[in-house]
Amino acid sequence: MAKSKETVTRTVIVALVLSVFFSVIVSTAAVTLKPLQVKNQNLNIKTNILSAADMLPQGASPEQIEEVFSRFEVRLVNLKTGQYVEPGYVGVEEPMKYDMYKAASNPELSTDIPADEDRAGIRRRPDVAKVYILRENGELKKVVLPIHGYGLWSTLYGFISLKGDANTIEGLGFYQHAETPGLGGEVDNPRWKAQWEGKVVYGEDMTEPQIRLVKGGVNENTRNREHKVDALSGATLTSRGVESLVNYWLGDRGYAHYLKNLRQGEV
Amino acid sequence: MATTSAKQVLFEPIFSNNPIALQILGICSALAVTSSLSVTIVMCISVIAVTAFSNLAVSLIRSQIPGSIRIIVQMTIIASLVIVVDQLLKAYAYEISKQLSVFVGLIITNCIVMGRAEGFAMQNGPWLSFLDGVGNGLGYSVLLLFVGFWRELFGSGSLFGFTVLSPVNEGGWYVTNGLLLLPPSAFFIIGLSIWALRTWKPEQVEEADYKLSAHKVREAF
Repeated sequence: MAKSKETVTRTVIVALVLSVFFSVIVSTAAVTLKPLQVKNQNLNIKTNILSAADMLPQGASPEQIEEVFSRFEVRLVNLKTGQYVEPGYVGVEEPMKYDMYKAASNPELSTDIPADEDRAGIRRRPDVAKVYILRENGELKKVVLPIHGYGLWSTLYGFISLKGDANTIEGLGFYQHAETPGLGGEVDNPRWKAQWEGKVVYGEDMTEPQIRLVKGGVNENTRNREHKVDALSGATLTSRGVESLVNYWLGDRGYAHYLKNLRQGEV
Repeated sequence: MATTSAKQVLFEPIFSNNPIALQILGICSALAVTSSLSVTIVMCISVIAVTAFSNLAVSLIRSQIPGSIRIIVQMTIIASLVIVVDQLLKAYAYEISKQLSVFVGLIITNCIVMGRAEGFAMQNGPWLSFLDGVGNGLGYSVLLLFVGFWRELFGSGSLFGFTVLSPVNEGGWYVTNGLLLLPPSAFFIIGLSIWALRTWKPEQVEEADYKLSAHKVREAF
């Protein structure tokens, strides 16, 4: 027995049988669970969007999330012109299927950002972004925009939501980052996030975003307090990263053209 | 192997032969996944499942495995099980699987799983091997939960996500200990728990590598 199982043929047979058996098990698991996993991923994105837009009901069930989310209109925007584009432009059937972070690594669908303008530290920017719009009776209520940029350790991915005037912030949230827990990781703290509500993005001239994260808090005596948010204590670099990425994405190279069109009712 | 009764195989690894505290295996994930208890518990269940079923599978085919490829055969079995567990988590516990991220996949490299397959399941029957897997998984879990308890309680002031000590950041009084949220803090807790365990069970104390002998020789100056 001990001798017979050590032959080359035997070894090859055991290896083959084992490989086939376990590949069947692994692929069965992967294939049968795929639909559930995709559903979870989509639900996760929708939850993040709703939470940035401050529309996530407490302890919402998946059905509720779907229901609330279905009130949003999903559109693709050409960042250069600020106009909507058809899903076919980026080669997808429906806007929801477009992945702008994947597009950022596709040379045909993205642009290099010159180093001196790359405030968010992302190097390449997709040409087309996916935005989520909420209208009630034809009137613009909310617009949720995906944003990302470098903090201290990691790229932060999140959404920023603006009110109907496309200038006042409704909320902001990051769903993926690896900042230091307890310091930079406090970007997830609901109390900190709550400060963003009501902040005004653009100055009088409506061109350059003016958001600043400042040391020492914001009170009624702070000058230009409508643009200022208290920075995270102990997390200077994360705060700086958040400030830069918000200003980058709401600026000229980000959504500024689109938001301008939105304010003027052109899109 | 002297100890082969089912009860011993199942319960010995929890305190008397703990894989983390005595064999010092599986430290990597013990550092990485213990900052919150709900994540820790899912990791523990995953590890128990993988050790138990990989032990069972290895033991079932142990007389067929040629010696020359036995390690790779064990790896294949373990890796397949880990992928299945990972897929299941992504489908049924998405939030937690996101927080566990790569560490589910890294169960493959967890020395406990491999160690038990090679060290126990290759020599013992399926039922005993299965129990041994569960037992070692439990031993791993006990220590992880212990570490996770202190890290979450003093690091974020909560247990299983429920606030126990209300932290300053949320308007309470408790100043959270930032160190405990970082992986290195688990070293301190694991170290202290090994100390506690060896005080309780002195037979686990290793013999010193050398002894200082009294200085008797008078040296000339």
